[in-house]
Amino acid sequence: MHPAFSVLIFTVTSGAGYGLLAWLGAGQLLGYTQAQTTDQEIVLGVIAMVLVSIGLLSSTMHLANPKNAWRSFSRFRTSWLSREAVFAIVLYPVAALYAAAIFWQWSCINWLAGLSIVLALITLFSTSMIYASLKTIRQWNTPMVPALFMAYALSSGGLLFLAVSGLFGAFNTTLLSTVLGLVLITFALKMVYFFWQGKPQGATIQTATGFSQASVRLLDAGHSAPTFLNREFGYQIAADKLLRLRIVMTIVAFVMPLVIFYFVLQGSAVELLSVAWLMMMAGLLIERWLFFAEARHVVRLYHGDQRT
Amino acid sequence: MKLGLVVDLDTCVGCHACGTACKQWNTSGTIGPLSDERPYEKDPSGSWLNRIRTYEVGDSPHSKTVNMPMSCMHCEDAACVTVCPTGASYKREEDGIVLIDQDKCMGCNLCSWACPYGARELDPSSGTMKKCTLCVDRIYDEQLPEAERQPACVLTCPTSSRVFGDFDDPDSEVSKLTRERAGQQLMPELGYNPVNTYLPPRNPKQQDQIKVSAMQGVKQLVNRIINR
Repeated sequence: MHPAFSVLIFTVTSGAGYGLLAWLGAGQLLGYTQAQTTDQEIVLGVIAMVLVSIGLLSSTMHLANPKNAWRSFSRFRTSWLSREAVFAIVLYPVAALYAAAIFWQWSCINWLAGLSIVLALITLFSTSMIYASLKTIRQWNTPMVPALFMAYALSSGGLLFLAVSGLFGAFNTTLLSTVLGLVLITFALKMVYFFWQGKPQGATIQTATGFSQASVRLLDAGHSAPTFLNREFGYQIAADKLLRLRIVMTIVAFVMPLVIFYFVLQGSAVELLSVAWLMMMAGLLIERWLFFAEARHVVRLYHGDQRT
Repeated sequence: MKLGLVVDLDTCVGCHACGTACKQWNTSGTIGPLSDERPYEKDPSGSWLNRIRTYEVGDSPHSKTVNMPMSCMHCEDAACVTVCPTGASYKREEDGIVLIDQDKCMGCNLCSWACPYGARELDPSSGTMKKCTLCVDRIYDEQLPEAERQPACVLTCPTSSRVFGDFDDPDSEVSKLTRERAGQQLMPELGYNPVNTYLPPRNPKQQDQIKVSAMQGVKQLVNRIINR
């Protein structure tokens, strides 16, 4: 699949925003935001919603006909893209009420915090299901995709929560261990995904053409210049470059943040966590690029691929 | 009704006339122009609703060249309609034709991702999806003579390897052909239940062994001995 930059930015930044909002809400319910002042909590909430908004605005950039974007709220009952749009918009007034509840110390604050967590997680889930529901792309059509999207969002959001809290001087070591555990789980899940992805399975050129008992080779694709189908689905990347990018992604997104976690636990300055967060975001951008570049749509079989 | 096409892979010669006729009819049809980019330059591009590919099936010397035209299969369980967030993609209840409302499409490409057959292409100038309409603006047009109320690709095919009809009617030509020639769906394992059906190439008739009578056998034997 062609990796559209606007979609990479969208899924990575809005993921971190929803993750941060979920950690903020959980802090309210579990009590670990007591270290923060009201202003600091509101700053965290604003950062979350700014990240979410940057992502959502970026997502509209890949629409070829954005003047009809408002219609995407209309097919809530069938389309995951429509569900994502609806939940993303519903979250805004809820988040605003939550901020007001923090500011004026409303008694219903726990309800609003809980609702914000639920909406943030549902929006994340809807985004991931846009990809996971496509039977045409076997690399995406797996329950691991929603699990990974949630894990990335909660890891990067949790790390951002820690980094900003560190800058405020309201640091919590227990929370650091929790986020560390989550980053480790995400790391492990991504490695499992890589191994699973390498196993040959799914449709082949035989099932695509119906000649199930013979070898089939493409003689002529029927066009002399690239078409929409080639540009959208024919994205090809050299195997050695792929391997190098996977290694870079693993180091930048997971290994280096984990090393910084170690140093912070040993007593280094907590400001280092901001560096860890920036690294993880850069790594997740590479990860999302790979997520698209490595996905092989079945229409490639008609253009000569023997298997997906 | 379940309207669709039967494509005969035995008789298709890969002339691309169906694709050309499709473009010619539909570029001035109900879905607006099928626009092109750089049509007279080195790398032309544009929306095209019926692509013809050629495959070699089997291994030489027993291989066969098979031409496979592919347009929208008008699937019974059309994922492209399910994923559409705007409601622009829809499947008509009365005849099963899958269409796109050009006034509602926002060009998010998700339906083209959901389609395993590459049937949907984004129009570069309108920014909306375009696809085969089964010439919905021909097949119901009562101004046309009845014999011409068929998709443009079917009318133009010089080898009559494309047949249009109702798969719900067991006595229609498409149903009969599917039955008699063991018509099959492409990529049935994805479960979209495509309506368009492909007829596999027929095996060439085995030549009968030339039977030799007993008298001729003796003659041949004698001739051989005399030659020695």
